[in-house]
Amino acid sequence: MWSFALKRAGTTAVTLVAASVMIFAFIHVVPGDPIYVLLGDTATPDQIDALRHQLGLDQPIILQYLTWAGHVLEGDLGRSIFFQAPVTSVIADGAETSILLATMTMIWVALIGVPVGVIAAVRHGTWLDQGLSGAAMLMASIPTFWVGLYLILIFAARLGWFPSSGYPSIFEGGVINLRYLVLPSLALAAPNAALILRLTRASMLDVSREDYVRTARAKGIRPWQVVRRHILRNALLAVVSAFGFTFAALLSEAVVTETVFALPGIGRLVVQSILRRDYPVIQGVILVIVVAYLLINLLVDLSYRVLDPRVELQ
Amino acid sequence: MSRDAAILWLKPFIARPIALAGLGILLTTVLAALLAPWLSPYDPNAIDPVIRLTPPNAIHWFGTDQFGRDTLSRVIHSARMALLIGSGVVLFALATGVPVGILSALFPRLGHVLMRMIDVLMAFPTLLLALGLIVILGPSLTNAILAIGLGYMTTTTRIVYGLTLRLRAETYVEASRSMGAGTIWLIGRHILPNLISPLLVQASFVFAFAQLGAASLDFLGLGAPPEIPSWGNMLAESRTFVTRAPWLLFFPGMMIVATAFSLNLVGDALRDRLDPRFRQVFGEKG
Repeated sequence: MWSFALKRAGTTAVTLVAASVMIFAFIHVVPGDPIYVLLGDTATPDQIDALRHQLGLDQPIILQYLTWAGHVLEGDLGRSIFFQAPVTSVIADGAETSILLATMTMIWVALIGVPVGVIAAVRHGTWLDQGLSGAAMLMASIPTFWVGLYLILIFAARLGWFPSSGYPSIFEGGVINLRYLVLPSLALAAPNAALILRLTRASMLDVSREDYVRTARAKGIRPWQVVRRHILRNALLAVVSAFGFTFAALLSEAVVTETVFALPGIGRLVVQSILRRDYPVIQGVILVIVVAYLLINLLVDLSYRVLDPRVELQ
Repeated sequence: MSRDAAILWLKPFIARPIALAGLGILLTTVLAALLAPWLSPYDPNAIDPVIRLTPPNAIHWFGTDQFGRDTLSRVIHSARMALLIGSGVVLFALATGVPVGILSALFPRLGHVLMRMIDVLMAFPTLLLALGLIVILGPSLTNAILAIGLGYMTTTTRIVYGLTLRLRAETYVEASRSMGAGTIWLIGRHILPNLISPLLVQASFVFAFAQLGAASLDFLGLGAPPEIPSWGNMLAESRTFVTRAPWLLFFPGMMIVATAFSLNLVGDALRDRLDPRFRQVFGEKG
């Protein structure tokens, strides 16, 4: 187990370093000299030279990378051009919304995707299964922003049940503010619940072909007990790991949804920073999301092995 | 293609009426794209302020937008953009993914390096990778294709790599190699022909996801230029008028859903006729 964990952590570390080189390079390949990007068009030559030296841009590129990586490890991601504030604090401001949105989305995904997937698998081959699987494929084919706009149209504009945009912090207005996240999380949940549904169904069908399931049936255990104790338990292993991936992917998938609902999360921050050419913020967000993505994947892989000792060393 | 081969390909569609319907919708979209100037009742860019935001009626079946442009004509013309971006992304993903995947599988030492690089690219979520590239390259149609295509190049490479590794271990490939067949001969004679049907499956899924990805980029204003009609651009523009003119939201969105859904149905049907040895290389996500 430990050698597996170490090996897996090692690969993640290597990938992370390579990804960080790409993210570092980002600021050097965006159109224009990074100095002009940082100072704007009105900078004087003196200011330019001063900043170039201050940022170490007159150093060899490898040294620059190491300096940058050192700062990143100390939690310094540079300064936002637009906000005139550290990138870390700009990102931290959006983190509450993004994390709550992703969590609420995962709750819908679990509540809808898993039970419906189980039903489809148990009724495998019937019209109910075909209908549910077809509906899942349809859900996966709908753009989230289109769902979002319809949810606003129906539940915010017409019925007035939920607010249509924005999100005031729960630390200021209390838990009741979570109602701002209901519609966006539902829009975001639609395609992801569809994927989890299909995965649950496929995984249940895989397990139900195992010998021990046949043995359990042959022993005369009640069919529902077989489904619950023998099939579902084992099938959920694959589903639980998919939950980790989905949560990690949601942090960036939310870009469009956060824009539709004008939510102050990291996704909308990326889009606005692109429009404002606030490159340090874009760079910082990409870094944070990639690190979160890799770490969650690492945790999922490790926990998968703890949960299911049959997984081979890979 | 011989008659028998054609029947073999059509089989999964005949058995499943809904997949056949998907194929029908796709053909209609292709026709709409090809015949757009003749099919659309009006010039998609003709502005007429007098009839702005007219609801659907006998003259303008899908209504008009905030500039009085005919929505039906714009929806038909947008099919061109959908097809263009879809085939662009698929071509890019195949043109890069197939050679990298095959070479990685045939030359393990090179493969080790290349597949690690693919792993690094896969550490970036698809949409985030696309956004980052758009920042570097600037928003345009070609760049949208590249930005979305790069995300699917990685999955295509992984699939081709997995399949080629399997094929390489087949007895007939080993036999051919032991008789002195060169690498190019092996690729052309034994590997590529066996990759065609799994790649067709992959292509239909990539085409579907490219539709959704392109719509997202257009919606954020980072995709095709706004003066070209596309379903995503139409939706982005309709946002401000959603309550007054819901038809502007309905029709372009339905077209995205219909196209992506059809492609997924077709991909699913094709996957079912795939060689069983290959099926497990494709995850549920496609």
